[in-house]
Amino acid sequence: MRNWTLKGIAAGKATTDWPYPDDLDNGQERMRGFPKFDPSRCETSCQACIDICPTAALSTNRSEDIASNVQLDFGKCINCQICIETCPTDALQNSADFMFAAKNRNDLIRSQQPVTEAADRLRSKIEKHFKGSLHVRHIDAGSCNGCESELAATTNPYYNLHRLGIFFTPSPRFADVLLVTGTVVPQMIGPLQRTYQAMPNPKFVIAGGTCSISGAPFDFGYAAGNGADPFLPVDVYLPGCPPSPASFIFALLLLTERVEQKLKDGNYE
Amino acid sequence: MEPLTRQVTEPDQLIELASTINNTGGRFIMAYLRYSENIPEVVYLVDQGSNLAFTELVLRNHTRLPSLSEVAPLLNWYEREIMDLSEIEFEGNPEPFPLVLLEGMSLSIGPFNPSQTQVPELFGTPTQPKLPEVIEDQVQDLFWGPVRGDILESGEFHFAYIGEQILHYTPRLFYKHRGIESGLTGSSLTKGLVLAERVSGVGSVSHAVAYCAAIENAFQLEIPTRAQLIRIILSELERIYNNFHFFANLCKTTTLKVGEAFGALLEEEAKQINCKITGNRLLRNVLAVGGLRRDLAVEELSTLLPPLRRKAEDYLEALSDTQSHLDRLIGTGILSQNLAFEFGATGPVASASAIARDLRVNHPYSGYQNIQIDVTTRSSGDALARAEVRKSALFNAFTIIEQALSLIQPGPTKLDNIPVPPGTVDGLGWSEGPRGSCFYAIRIRDGLLERVKIKSASFSNWKVFPLTVHSTNMMDYAINEASFGLTIAGADR
Repeated sequence: MRNWTLKGIAAGKATTDWPYPDDLDNGQERMRGFPKFDPSRCETSCQACIDICPTAALSTNRSEDIASNVQLDFGKCINCQICIETCPTDALQNSADFMFAAKNRNDLIRSQQPVTEAADRLRSKIEKHFKGSLHVRHIDAGSCNGCESELAATTNPYYNLHRLGIFFTPSPRFADVLLVTGTVVPQMIGPLQRTYQAMPNPKFVIAGGTCSISGAPFDFGYAAGNGADPFLPVDVYLPGCPPSPASFIFALLLLTERVEQKLKDGNYE
Repeated sequence: MEPLTRQVTEPDQLIELASTINNTGGRFIMAYLRYSENIPEVVYLVDQGSNLAFTELVLRNHTRLPSLSEVAPLLNWYEREIMDLSEIEFEGNPEPFPLVLLEGMSLSIGPFNPSQTQVPELFGTPTQPKLPEVIEDQVQDLFWGPVRGDILESGEFHFAYIGEQILHYTPRLFYKHRGIESGLTGSSLTKGLVLAERVSGVGSVSHAVAYCAAIENAFQLEIPTRAQLIRIILSELERIYNNFHFFANLCKTTTLKVGEAFGALLEEEAKQINCKITGNRLLRNVLAVGGLRRDLAVEELSTLLPPLRRKAEDYLEALSDTQSHLDRLIGTGILSQNLAFEFGATGPVASASAIARDLRVNHPYSGYQNIQIDVTTRSSGDALARAEVRKSALFNAFTIIEQALSLIQPGPTKLDNIPVPPGTVDGLGWSEGPRGSCFYAIRIRDGLLERVKIKSASFSNWKVFPLTVHSTNMMDYAINEASFGLTIAGADR
């Protein structure tokens, strides 16, 4: 008969200290993340990436001079890397950037003309005590279960989310944050809204994973979803397909203003 | 080997034919609806036996068919799905109520009918489901879901129970039904692959392998050996991290907290290895029709995996030496061999009930014929048997990767210039994932997807699972569910 307590103690500490400081190992060595876009390398009449993108994350609203008007919406990007492989001029390149959470939907859109609205409506709402203790209710509104797999990984010994004072709670009554994954299919709209209504004020919403932001790639067909935005006031948008556990943690810390947002007007800094 | 043969038949011969198939070592896999030149066809996919071509049994242009639920109960859900999504009826189906579309929801038109010019729309909100009437004193009804505790997928479960005793259990899935099959109609093959990898996130590789194989079979392509071996390696990496997850979850339900933490940490280490090799923790974005999108330095696994394997051995040895854990698994959720076969159990669930079936052995694909695979079976059919089968599959996955690494040579990993055959071509592809068999039946017209039928492992095993819950205890339920290792996204699509 094993003594699991001793076995656990003998195994020592497995947890990373990331993000304090944020250059520590965070479990994603050699990750291929979102594309890095440098429009200055585009060829004049080229629209290869727009044609190949399976979720229309790359688009343009111009019929001529396309290359200098390519827009990249990370809220639709499922980091499938196909554009990077297709681009003939390396204007789209691989990156390991993963701290993509943003408080404003427009911050996820990279275009030649910045579209950010000035308002940062979250800032005034976060109260001091959420920084030390935050309770999260997760809801799956039609995901592929990739997000559940990675979100559950935030509680494993390596990431150990509890060290940051963040906990998952089974009941919406105890929750400060509703973390939505999945595209929000018609069947789940009711349960999603009822869960939100059951939460006490003040309450926040994180849209976790690309499909909970825009529905992509499940934004077609009779059970299409368009993300959580049409139904709930989303406070933090976290693209990724799926976001890594470190990305989820970054989003939770961004919500509580414990880290600085890296993405501005679609530019990752 | 020809992957697929076709036999056209008529409704009045169907039941007799089905009985003959069952009595001669054949087995139904799935049934689905497709249209050929605006004519509806109900297609039954039959496994004739090891190393024999799969057979399509086709019924053309009938709107009323006899139900095969009596002869092959596993077809019950497929019939209900076809009834939900079209005008076709199966006479004698014992449960003729909605499955894929929840009660209270309806479609404007059948989504697969190409003669329709409208876009199908989904109306309504879910209402109370139809449930069997339980006549007994003091029976209580418990509806659990679709939002449950923890980080779980959405699904609703109904228990009719007295005290601790569950009298009847009904899982109501398809809250996550995304209509992927119908949405793929008209999509490019590239987009289809992106979606196939996202049907079930923790089964990304098995779905992608089956999807690519279906198209490669349709186009009659033979992919390079190195690409085949890397596909094998990726499939086994998926098996490794999923099985660590399985044991962590099983420990969670038996409240062995430290055991859960060890399992979760091993899963994390496996995912980090996935990331180092492919750039993606769920092994996405690597496969392509005709091979791989890029070559991978899989040789590195020969140094990355042995330490993980040693930790796995230590972990699972400790688990099998923990009486409090094992006591909860022994005799929990027993599934007989007979029921497992008739209701279509697959993967570790089938193996634990003495059914030795594994597509890697019975219908080798992607070069698995050159690999020694050990299919462990148990006859007790309980949670312990399922855990033991998983344990053996986990260690076998390490061994398979070693074999593949000893065979692998530098070389091309993708076919150049894949010619797209004009007109309509059909292809069937399959894979054996961590949870069991995955099938893709694909019809392509002029290089675009016309019909994609997806059969995931969990769709099969969810059909079986309730049989092991009726007449058991509430406190064993979570352990039993964990021992099945089901996903909802794969079943719901």
